[in-house]
Amino acid sequence: MSTERTSPIDSATGAVGDGLDYVRTKLEVFEGDRLGQIGLAILVTFLLIGIFARPYTIEFLDLTIPGLTPHDPGERAVGGRLESPSADHPLGTTDMGRDVLSQLIAGTRVTLIVGSLAAFMAVFIGTNVGLVSAYFGGWVDDVLMRITDIVYGVPFLPFAIVLVAILGSSLVNIIVAIVLILWRSTARVIRSQVLSHKQRPYVESAQAIGASHTRIMYRHILPNVLPLTFLYAAFAVGWAVIAEASLSFLGFGDPNMLSWGEMIYNVYTANAIREAWWWVFPPGIAIMLFVMSVFFIGRTLEEVVNPELRHQK
Amino acid sequence: MGLRAYVARRILQLIVTFWAFFTLLFVLFRMMPGDPTSMFIMDGMTPEQREQRIAELGLDQPLYVQYVEYARQLLTGDFGQSFIYRDPVIDIIVVRFMNTIVLMGTALVIAYLIGITFGAIMGWWRDSRFERGGIVVTLIARSSPEFWVGIVLLSVFAFWLGWFPSSGMRTTGGELGGGFVARYGSADFLRHLFLPALTGAIVYLATPTLLMRSTMLDVLNADFIEIKKAEGLPERTVLYKHAARNSILPIVTVMAIATGAAMGGSVVIETVFNWPGMGREMVNAVNNNDYPLAMAAFFLMGSVVIIMNFIADLTYVYLDPRVEYE
Repeated sequence: MSTERTSPIDSATGAVGDGLDYVRTKLEVFEGDRLGQIGLAILVTFLLIGIFARPYTIEFLDLTIPGLTPHDPGERAVGGRLESPSADHPLGTTDMGRDVLSQLIAGTRVTLIVGSLAAFMAVFIGTNVGLVSAYFGGWVDDVLMRITDIVYGVPFLPFAIVLVAILGSSLVNIIVAIVLILWRSTARVIRSQVLSHKQRPYVESAQAIGASHTRIMYRHILPNVLPLTFLYAAFAVGWAVIAEASLSFLGFGDPNMLSWGEMIYNVYTANAIREAWWWVFPPGIAIMLFVMSVFFIGRTLEEVVNPELRHQK
Repeated sequence: MGLRAYVARRILQLIVTFWAFFTLLFVLFRMMPGDPTSMFIMDGMTPEQREQRIAELGLDQPLYVQYVEYARQLLTGDFGQSFIYRDPVIDIIVVRFMNTIVLMGTALVIAYLIGITFGAIMGWWRDSRFERGGIVVTLIARSSPEFWVGIVLLSVFAFWLGWFPSSGMRTTGGELGGGFVARYGSADFLRHLFLPALTGAIVYLATPTLLMRSTMLDVLNADFIEIKKAEGLPERTVLYKHAARNSILPIVTVMAIATGAAMGGSVVIETVFNWPGMGREMVNAVNNNDYPLAMAAFFLMGSVVIIMNFIADLTYVYLDPRVEYE
């Protein structure tokens, strides 16, 4: 467990100070970049909402942290169905009399889970494929890149629909379907970047002192392409969330975990889209804001990765 | 490697990709839950009839025989019979495919025309308020899933203002003209086309705009632009005739790829607007276990993506002789 320290730290204290310094230099990127700051702020807000969405009970302390949802997302209101916003239900109710705001808050979690897991896995696979492909070259490169080409030939959403129809609608299967496609762009970009690093003297000298392939790839080359990996991770979060929302909107979402896309699907199947604006707009705006925040952050990272963009400003 | 060798290699790669895609389809659709005969059992089929049906479909043969048979059928354009419509799949899918092409084609043309112009102006007026605002607007458009843009347009223009119809491709009971122009040129059709096409245009606008802007910035740094300016040519001429024209190259490649990607977008947009295209048909087919229809739709979409990627690569080397064929 790491501890947060707000007081200035003497450089002599070592690791913690270095760590904070590192974070500080990374955050400097966002200085003077309004879009990036807005993106970070929105993302952190969603993170907090997602974490504190439902009540927690810490048993050994006998402590319950209340959740943010005013009602149980599945509970039916005493009042009525399709109620417009009121004090008790700030965003109204659904056709089943459920509280829209509570569903919206609970849905944040699904978005966070899909976004982070799918992006992490996709970028993890993509970076490794790109790294191995470029480093070894020859037939390894040929085989891996032909596989990447083939994946580029598969239409994203239709493939995800078919795969989820086969494996069943669960969050895990949706993430698998997204990852199987999403790794391709990272693989291509990392490969071309590694190709240029492979020629540089530092790799040659590492080889000369007898470093192993694994060591050269992961200790020497990887840190140099890592900023690019982060950039693609940010975009991958956005695409993964859009893909999950689209799948859920089409009715292939996980029936046990209500996501924002599924809320809109419910509005559609209830034939309430014409009147129930309070039910259809909040989840749509939430999806848009979330994806916007990661794209804004991605734009800021892009300027770090590609210094030419900075000079053009 | 010369151009000729590159093209030959790329064609070989195309064939391999097609083969892989096609095998993937075979595997996926053999894994589909529920036996294709289950639909007919509900119709009161006896076990003997059921077995006969399985034999008809060739599902009692060993897998490799099924695979070869499947390859032969796809190559001859024989996709079998739809379980729901009880018509040959090919007849259904051709009509749907045309509807999708008209919708997504219109959307892409609008997106690229506006995107290229908008991006060129943004690059020209760099550091202006217009540029900064433009970037934010394009990023917001890019962050919105297709269905969300569709719902917003639907709520405003169809439900609230009532200017456009909310679903379908033509008013029910409307005349079904014979020719292409009568079919896709009527005022009624265009009124139905407007909102879904605008949805696609908004979503696909971001890529050409941002790309055009960044290539414009590169081109504007080049010496020949300074020379043209020094020659005393009007700004407008330099912008459109020299700078913009030289920035268009990467857009052509991206456009071919976007056309393929739009196939996926059609699934969502057509569902929102009830557009009788291939995407919506695919969703319906998957939901109803109509495998032959779902597979044909998926096959066609994948083919468009693969062919478009191929065209993108070829136009790129054709347009830019400096490209190295690696």
